[in-house]
Amino acid sequence: MSTTVAEFTPQGYKTDEHPIWCPGCGDFGVLDSLYKSLAGLKVDPKDLVVVSGIGCSGRTPGFIRSYGFHSVHGRVLPVALGVKLANPALHVIGVGGDGDGFAIGGGHIPHAARRNPDMIYIVMDNSTYGLTKGQYSPTSPTGFQAGSTPYGNIEQPLNPLAMLIAYGATFVGQGYSGKPKELSDLITKAMEHKGFGFLNVISPCITFYNTYKVIPPRLAEIPKDHDPANRVKAFELALQTDHLRLGIFYQVRQPTFEEGVAEVIKKAQASSRPRLDEIFANFS
Amino acid sequence: MGASEKEMTERAVDYVFRVGGEGGEGVISTGEMLTLTLARAGYEIYTFRTYPAEIKGGHANYQVRASGSLLLSSGAAVDVLLAFNQEAYDKHIKDVRPGGVLIYDSDSYTPPPVASAGGGAAPDGAGPVGQRTGGGDTPPASASIIAYGVPLSSLATEKIGVKLTKNIVALGVLSQLFDISMPAFEELLHERFGRKGETIVQKNVQALRVGAEFVKQLQKKDDIRLGPGPRKTKELVLSGNESLALGAIAAGCRIYAGYPITPATDIMEFLAKELPKLGGFVVQTEDEISALGTVLGASYAGVKAMTATSGPGFSLMTEMIGLAVVAEIPAVVVDVQRVGPSTGMPTKTEQGDLYLACYGGHGNCPRIVMALNNVEDCFYGIIRAFNLAEQFQMPVVVLSDASLGHRKATVPVPDPSRVPVVERRKPAPAELVNYKRYAFTPDHVSPMSVPGLEGGGYVAEGLEHDERGFPAASDHENHLRLTRKRYGKFQAVEAVANEMVRIYGDPHPEVGIIGWGSTEGVIREAVQMAQAKGYSVGALHPKILYPQPLAKLKEFIEGTKAVIIPEVNFTGQFATALRKRFAYDFIQLNKCIGLPFTPKEIFDKIEEVATHVHNGRRVHAARV
Repeated sequence: MSTTVAEFTPQGYKTDEHPIWCPGCGDFGVLDSLYKSLAGLKVDPKDLVVVSGIGCSGRTPGFIRSYGFHSVHGRVLPVALGVKLANPALHVIGVGGDGDGFAIGGGHIPHAARRNPDMIYIVMDNSTYGLTKGQYSPTSPTGFQAGSTPYGNIEQPLNPLAMLIAYGATFVGQGYSGKPKELSDLITKAMEHKGFGFLNVISPCITFYNTYKVIPPRLAEIPKDHDPANRVKAFELALQTDHLRLGIFYQVRQPTFEEGVAEVIKKAQASSRPRLDEIFANFS
Repeated sequence: MGASEKEMTERAVDYVFRVGGEGGEGVISTGEMLTLTLARAGYEIYTFRTYPAEIKGGHANYQVRASGSLLLSSGAAVDVLLAFNQEAYDKHIKDVRPGGVLIYDSDSYTPPPVASAGGGAAPDGAGPVGQRTGGGDTPPASASIIAYGVPLSSLATEKIGVKLTKNIVALGVLSQLFDISMPAFEELLHERFGRKGETIVQKNVQALRVGAEFVKQLQKKDDIRLGPGPRKTKELVLSGNESLALGAIAAGCRIYAGYPITPATDIMEFLAKELPKLGGFVVQTEDEISALGTVLGASYAGVKAMTATSGPGFSLMTEMIGLAVVAEIPAVVVDVQRVGPSTGMPTKTEQGDLYLACYGGHGNCPRIVMALNNVEDCFYGIIRAFNLAEQFQMPVVVLSDASLGHRKATVPVPDPSRVPVVERRKPAPAELVNYKRYAFTPDHVSPMSVPGLEGGGYVAEGLEHDERGFPAASDHENHLRLTRKRYGKFQAVEAVANEMVRIYGDPHPEVGIIGWGSTEGVIREAVQMAQAKGYSVGALHPKILYPQPLAKLKEFIEGTKAVIIPEVNFTGQFATALRKRFAYDFIQLNKCIGLPFTPKEIFDKIEEVATHVHNGRRVHAARV
């Protein structure tokens, strides 16, 4: 895996492993956009770690020439935090689906958001559980009819964008797998952002919940005059669910987790007694 | 073992002090200060504390045993009881030996006098106390207990002006009455309160002296006297949890992720303070699943990492243990066991998580399970745990418990060079050509690359995978090969396990004992007691419990006529595991009341079993 600048092409990030996704799956669009962003940013594969959970999107690390960690269901963010904490120089990308991220792994999201590690987290949101054959997910609409909801889903879908803005994520954006160029631009901006970059990417499941016809008419741009630093306005935009707006809802620069860690280390070492025998002296 | 069991003439110092009172009112800190002073005076120390699950209120007590020679247990009979209130008296007076001492706060209550002993207990004087003649709930006490009533509260409020200093007044009483170095106490007060200013220090020193002055006007009726202890070299006073945290630092652990839980939290707090000085960090995660996830991410990225928890948190981690097994990631998980199931008795001790440690998780899931035996062993044991994790690239579960984690003991200054630190196998340049993360090797351990290394890219894979780490979830034969690879490591681990067995007493005894974890000391002491009575008895104590040290166990069991397995749990989890391996009628001794064994409980069982064996009779399982 030797790398030179000449190799920083989207093609160069592909592996020998062929994606297992159904033909027409939205995740192909997300993967292609990712390749493009990585090439554009000239990310050295040896310094990239892609962490995933379980679900169709969880297979992504195997398709990117880099380091990867295919963990267990819902635990993308804890594993990614550990990687980043161990080596802040690495580029860390978390990927997963809406079930992995918002259902079983939902408890980790507020804490990743408020810690603000410098990494991105892409949720490929298809509003269904594709890998277990189409049950409703946390983002499925009310009335959604499938194997576990034969009489229709009685629950309200959650709003990922409003949730992340409320939790204090410092970069919140939305993309669509069917618009790979715009999506790649968005991923690039998220990666350039210093802090926790969250992207909700609408990525239809062609087999169990084909939304390719219903999504495009609902798509809209984020108003040109929107100030991404305005959290209240960002929240208002996120609540307008008639439209599926694409772009950056919210972005603000705040100290990252790694910056905080470095501060603590500096503070501790200022009054340092780093040798074990000196620590022993406290206990005699 | 109380002093009564020794020769009355020229006996070595071996005294048990117990402090009891309301939780949150300084019982624990009184015990800790007594502990440190006695240790500095040159005595060996072994403590035991129980405290309520509530922060304020409830009953707390702290026991300190001080001796001129190595201590293996917190002792049995109490020599000196310092009871701050009636409840402490009621709970503990039955444990005080004949001829022992009661010191009580005469402002708080008056112990019942003994009608026949004459004199009774005067509030400000010394005299015998005993059973309340009019019945009531007060437990019986020996008529020969010597009581000193000291108005601790009023001395503190009237002479110092601070009621909370009554603990320090009490320490002054102990110092004067039993000849425990006053300068050492004063030095400790300077250290403890120095940061709060000279006024506070002087108030406390004054409180110490007020206590001592009060004693001078009493007539000393007991024969307990310590003076300087025999040890001249410096030792540390550490709790099991502190010792473990120090060992983790020595092992090279630089990232800790955890969620607060009694009785493991102080490991996290210790490391939170010390790791940043070494460039490391402690992250308090949102739950225990996240804790182990963060540890695995960090270890994957090349930094040694650990988490510590107790039963409820460990239960949450079992899926992540499986991930560490299949993705072959070194990780250390400490379980400081407490009483379960569910929330159970959070501040009390038990050895109830062995099944979970060995078998928790789905699928065929080999991990190493170790137990820590004593405070000193916490230091070296955790280094060994990190070494095993790194060497075999698998999770190592380390079992401690509440009694060990919170026990303070004097230990020789640890020498990290005694257990050289091991690092994981990294790929050689030739191995980076078409790098295979899970390559088959003769010892089943594959070279492990690290992010940042050119040519070493791979996916740490939770799905069943091939040698390269590519998912192979439908390849049936491959699954068997990989399962064999993961279990194949056990052969080498078992050899290490056989080396890490300790045997005490007769190595080929008639009556054998097999114990694990924190029961080591009490078993050793019980064996000594039994050998002194002429019984053929010996104990085997493995350090690695899974995989088991079968060769050593077999050798030990073969020559015995009976084997007792004492465990602080209800069903005998280790005994059950051993029955699967040996067709042998092990005798269980189980204690399940949230307290550790006393040496006498184990000695009694040895004596019973030895007698029956001698008479050719069978012995059955028992509960304490």
